[in-house]
Amino acid sequence: MSQNTATQSMNLTLHIWRQKNAADKGGFATYKLGGVSPDSSFLEMLDQLNEELIGKGEEPVAFDHDCREGICGSCGMVVNGVPHGPEVRTTTCQLHMRKFHDGDELWLEPWRAGAFPVVRDLVVNRDAFDRIIQAGGYVSINTSSAQDANLIPVPKVNADLAMDAAQCIGCGACVAACPNASAMLFTAAKVSHLGLLPQGQPERGPRVLAMVAQMEAEGFGGCTNHGECEAACPKGISVNFIARLNRDYLKAAVTSREVPERRTVKR
Amino acid sequence: MELKSNAPGGPIETAWDRHRFEMKLVNPANRRKFQVLVVGTGLAGASAAATLGELGYSVKAFCFQDSPRRAHSIAAQGGINAAKNYRGDGDSIYRLFYDTVKGGDYRSRERNVYRLAQVSVDIIDQCVAQGVPFAREYGGLLDNRSFGGAQVARTFYARGQTGQQLLLGAYQALERQVELGTVEMHPRTEMLDLIVADDRARGIVVRDLVTGKVEVFQGDAVVLATGGYGNVFFLSTNAMGSNCTAAWRAHRRGALFANPCYVQIHPTCIPIHGEHQSKLTLMSESLRNDGRVWVPKKKEDIERASKDPNSIAEGDRDYYLERKYPSFGNLVPRDIASRNAKEVCDAGRGVGPGGQGVYLDFRDAINRLGDKVIAERYGNLFEMYERITDENPYRVPMRIYPAIHYTMGGLWVDYNLMSNIPGLFVLGEANFSDHGANRLGASALMQGLADGYFVAPYTVADYLAKNGHAKVADDHPAVKEALGATQAHVHRLLNTPGRANGRSPLAFHKALGQICWNKVGMARNEAGLTEAISEIRALRDEFWKEVKVLGSGESFNESLVLASRVADFLELGELMARDALQRKESCGGHFREESQQPDGEAKRDDENFTFVGAWSWNGEGALPELHKENLAFEYVKPSQRSYK
Repeated sequence: MSQNTATQSMNLTLHIWRQKNAADKGGFATYKLGGVSPDSSFLEMLDQLNEELIGKGEEPVAFDHDCREGICGSCGMVVNGVPHGPEVRTTTCQLHMRKFHDGDELWLEPWRAGAFPVVRDLVVNRDAFDRIIQAGGYVSINTSSAQDANLIPVPKVNADLAMDAAQCIGCGACVAACPNASAMLFTAAKVSHLGLLPQGQPERGPRVLAMVAQMEAEGFGGCTNHGECEAACPKGISVNFIARLNRDYLKAAVTSREVPERRTVKR
Repeated sequence: MELKSNAPGGPIETAWDRHRFEMKLVNPANRRKFQVLVVGTGLAGASAAATLGELGYSVKAFCFQDSPRRAHSIAAQGGINAAKNYRGDGDSIYRLFYDTVKGGDYRSRERNVYRLAQVSVDIIDQCVAQGVPFAREYGGLLDNRSFGGAQVARTFYARGQTGQQLLLGAYQALERQVELGTVEMHPRTEMLDLIVADDRARGIVVRDLVTGKVEVFQGDAVVLATGGYGNVFFLSTNAMGSNCTAAWRAHRRGALFANPCYVQIHPTCIPIHGEHQSKLTLMSESLRNDGRVWVPKKKEDIERASKDPNSIAEGDRDYYLERKYPSFGNLVPRDIASRNAKEVCDAGRGVGPGGQGVYLDFRDAINRLGDKVIAERYGNLFEMYERITDENPYRVPMRIYPAIHYTMGGLWVDYNLMSNIPGLFVLGEANFSDHGANRLGASALMQGLADGYFVAPYTVADYLAKNGHAKVADDHPAVKEALGATQAHVHRLLNTPGRANGRSPLAFHKALGQICWNKVGMARNEAGLTEAISEIRALRDEFWKEVKVLGSGESFNESLVLASRVADFLELGELMARDALQRKESCGGHFREESQQPDGEAKRDDENFTFVGAWSWNGEGALPELHKENLAFEYVKPSQRSYK
């Protein structure tokens, strides 16, 4: 407990990936930053750096961020080789500087994956995730055609498990952590969320086939059971959902009459 | 200007049904020829875009985030209200309507609120059908809880992530339409102007945030679902990107801005830690169900309390909410809990750094129920608190302080959710209509989805059926003027005369936030508001003299984006202060120190202020003009709120 104990400010050395745009080659730039409060969040530390850079007439470091509460999934960068940094089950925005030490040297990089091209500095393009959802990550129901909500009972254990999967914030840390840059955990979370509920049954087979086809078309790798994705996931989504996806996929593949077309991807 | 609500007369219970029947329809074969532009893809925008797409209209949707799934609706924790009466505890549409009008302190439009309560039941059906994993009981049916001091359990929830799950439901419906080709999605795109020609909204000007390209999109109707303006205070519970720009730019083109002074301050947020703080984190108000709020009775105990709160004896603690409001205790509405926290801190009895905090203590609940039960109820919140503060709330009381959370004010709309500019619709937090001067807990999600799924799809269609296409030539003077003005705006932000030695956009944003929080915050008075207006004006002048934005307009430039938003906040902040100055009563989230009861509680003035204050823009630096829509209460008779 550090309640109201006088806090000492920290000095850091930051090696940050700077890249002007997708076409630029990019490289690390090194900055010294002093006067960092241990109570600051990681992104507040970067705000502080950016204010100093602007003061000196240098363009600030670009990074995605929005809610800063760990729920929107906007933020994310690789800190010293670990997506979202050293704290488990914590997004970059919820990481606090007290987890580091005075004098630390930090390496900050964007998510590295062919399917996530760099937009600028630490910002990447994650449209591929949206296209995986477009391929089938929904229940096809139009507004105003629903029956009374309590006419669809769902066993509590299934509802809870569906919620465990549905918590995915779509940040992309799973892809960044995977040696194959696979999006299996992301895809499996949505396949499982909907596959566990009665509402998701009619489209269960076509959904898993289409979403996996899209994932492959985007250039994400396959899953070879490293489990790095679960370790990096700020929501702690379990790799068990990948097993569930594989089961659904196998079942659908042998019973389905149509194999979804592999779609082309524009970037 | 006469403001007509266009609400149907007759019995309130059947008003919406009759109104829908009287609407004109668009032939299904003609729908795809109509182009609807939806700006913002949170609950209101995503649900409206998806539904309009399902109906067959051609929709273009825009959001500044990299994906519609990231809109700030995602951060809502507690739940969504609906008058399902699944518990059989006496809830009904009428009761939800009544509670919302009363909770809004009699400053909302009755007929809008009744419709909101009516469609609330359809929202739950729709979301469950989409697969939203709401909490359930062992029998498999939906669970409910009582929220924010409501006397009935009408709140549906998905752990502490209700907003996330509802948004993902709407996002998935939206992506389904993208796949089907009815919706074209434009992420990382910010609206910077509204095109109005011949008294009708005809399109928008946007900037692509990746390439910097400024572009025009024409449409037959424009729907703004762009959220609230709480970030005018800089520090708030809003996401960093939440901004007023789309709404404000529409205001500058003639849309009236209603009740800007109605701002909700949430009582249970984590206090400020230091000068580099960038945002405030809300702790769900469900915590007040078991936590007890206190500060030390004696000032000499403050220092000891701040070091070791558990050392303060029971008799030396002031449980001020329980003392002052014996019947509601710690569960008084948000505005009252916030004001009382400020009052004890202003009196020098606040705890923690800078004396800006009060305790929310779980000791008694833990002694009564044990750690395990408390962990089941609040485990994720306790974890979040510890992650941010490094303090364990099971062992030491939490420190909380109020923070800006939600804005009830917004663009003025009629019953059809259409602004005074024909063809410009405003949904969700961006409009002013349903919450009056104070919003009840778990009602924001309800309103966003009501507007998007169940109201706008009807009213926009009716508008299109009656008014036909809006397209004008690409070189129409109004189009060229709006495009040129936007390009000039971007150029001006990048080229202020004093930029070499100027200040960053963030520095200006923080300075504006300070003024607003100190003088247009929880308690307002004439002198403070008058000062705020002149201070904001001076700051705005400095901003345009020396804001320092590096880089170019033709690239991904976050600093430029922030500068453009701050420029608009600098104008909105002044209007907010003017509205607060004009409203000499206290009501809901707006507390004027001059208007108090003898015991210090808020005093409403129904005789002089039962109206919506809607402002029109008269040009940069010129005084805005106030227009009034008088409110009538036929069903819920105004009374002074009392929680004693």
